[in-house]
Amino acid sequence: MDRYRSSIVDTLVIFIQQLINGLSLGSIYALIALGYTMVYGIVMLINFAHGDVLMVGAYTGFYILYALGPSPLALALAFLASMILCAVVGMTIERLAYRPLRSAPRLNSLITAIAVSLILQNGARVLPFVGPNPRQYPTMQTVNISVGPFSISNIQIVVLLVSVILMLILNYIITWTRTGKAMRAVSFDFKAASLMGISSNRIIAFTFALGSVLAAAGGILFATAYPQIDPTMGAMPGLKAFVAAVLGGIGSIPGAMLGGYILGVAETMTKGFISSQYADAISFSILIIILLVKPTGIMGQKVRVKV
Amino acid sequence: MNPKIRLRNFILLGSISVLFVVLPAVLISVGVIDGYTAQIFTLAGINAIMAISVNIISGITGQLSLGQAGFMAVGAYSCIWFSQVALMPLPVAVIAGGLLAAFIGFLIGFPTLKLSGDYLAIVTLGFGEILRVIFVNLKGITGGANGKRFTTILAARADIAWVVIIGILVMVVILLQNFLRSTYGRAIFSVREDEIAANSNGISVFRYKMTGFVIAAFVAGIGGAIYAPFIGFVKPDLSSFNRSVDYLIYVVLGGMGSITGSILAAFILTYLQEFLRFLQEYRLLFYPVILILVMLFRPQGLLGMKELSFTGLMDKLTAKRKPENG
Repeated sequence: MDRYRSSIVDTLVIFIQQLINGLSLGSIYALIALGYTMVYGIVMLINFAHGDVLMVGAYTGFYILYALGPSPLALALAFLASMILCAVVGMTIERLAYRPLRSAPRLNSLITAIAVSLILQNGARVLPFVGPNPRQYPTMQTVNISVGPFSISNIQIVVLLVSVILMLILNYIITWTRTGKAMRAVSFDFKAASLMGISSNRIIAFTFALGSVLAAAGGILFATAYPQIDPTMGAMPGLKAFVAAVLGGIGSIPGAMLGGYILGVAETMTKGFISSQYADAISFSILIIILLVKPTGIMGQKVRVKV
Repeated sequence: MNPKIRLRNFILLGSISVLFVVLPAVLISVGVIDGYTAQIFTLAGINAIMAISVNIISGITGQLSLGQAGFMAVGAYSCIWFSQVALMPLPVAVIAGGLLAAFIGFLIGFPTLKLSGDYLAIVTLGFGEILRVIFVNLKGITGGANGKRFTTILAARADIAWVVIIGILVMVVILLQNFLRSTYGRAIFSVREDEIAANSNGISVFRYKMTGFVIAAFVAGIGGAIYAPFIGFVKPDLSSFNRSVDYLIYVVLGGMGSITGSILAAFILTYLQEFLRFLQEYRLLFYPVILILVMLFRPQGLLGMKELSFTGLMDKLTAKRKPENG
């Protein structure tokens, strides 16, 4: 009886510990997923290059942290610099690759997005100061804070705090500012919004910039939590964040946040209870299942097709 | 069609196919073409088979798939298994590999083909990644992340490899052309052009999407099953997203929906990749930049939806001499 109870307690402890880890990972996914969902909501494009913008952000942070050492001030500076750089990168990609194809068939933009992603990845490999080899990310000393049987590291706290603050700021921008209102209008009806005097091009560029800023933050947080970076590091978290966006209902901002957390928790639970090998497969299985059961995602709006 | 013209076309195409299969093989075995070049072009043949597979589902049926390499890996691993464990002779194992890939395509197609556009692309992408993880973990059958060795005559003899692989490529093209001109083929085209119109004309959209998907999976399975004995080594990375993208690039550059375009693009790009080795890492940038330029300036690809036609070429040549018959 005692042994039975202790095994239940053990399971519960693992469960809650993995829940903590999952929330931390999930908040990174949520940040990245927001970029996907905002862009998709407005231009109906899966921005495959989003994961690689994350990589650009992580590398920018790397050089700043490398030069200044991993102090909190340097971390803040790294966030700021990589956000600005990624915003520029995101807007440039939109201007050069996606805008000329906006009226082309969807397939063409999708293939262009894949090509942009390859350019960023391979470009980083070729650049002499980046190179193809993985690098150790300079992070702060990990300090584990124990609360009863559970522990949470200072890095996890930073990840959770930064991402929640960023999501609150995003929520403020979208709900309360004029630009946010315009974003919602363009996403609701592109043509009608243009007719109402909203500059759609400006709003789309702004959306890309906003998404890339979040990706930059996500990149630094991801690299801080899993301190190894290489030019293809953005691919996996990018894909998973996209899964999170679809899971929550693509185009829906609260959906992307929810999807990110669900995916993060599902992944760490798989690591904790089944096998860490299958963690990659589980997120894609969730995607397939959700698309079969509810193709619009958890919070997505059903779109009726009229002939 | 006039039986005389039909016979002429049959002889013309038959002799061209035999020429493509036999002549380079003879040159290889004599030593005019060296082993390295032979290997590049034979690999291009496999790439062409894979490009055709992607073209069947994406260009002809109109459903973007980003997981075709997954079917290739299924074909490759199952060919090894059928040959080494079930002790089938290699040709049977290759076909069995293709059939298994087709069967998995059938199972996957059921739930996924109801989705459209981007969602289908993402699910097939996820499918390829799931397969990769499964292959890494099924260590008993696949040898895990280290891969599995498979030594056959195809890896040792360049001339035999050429005959077998280009022979399969020619077979695939012939069967596919006949299929596309049948009622089924035309139904598939109509699904691509306008699903709603096809549906209201009594064509079961789902059924024909499934037909296209299963055939594409079969061709990819054959491609993988012939890749394994030719390269002699298979790793789970075979089913990765990047590989699927490589094949998609051939199709996009050759022209979505053009079989000859895919073959042409596969051969040109495979050779180019070797040719550009002097650029070292920079050649990695070459593909995507070309891809974007094509999307911007010639979105329909090299050939668009047209096909290169030897009989058409012949018609043109003879029409000049005998205008009264045309």
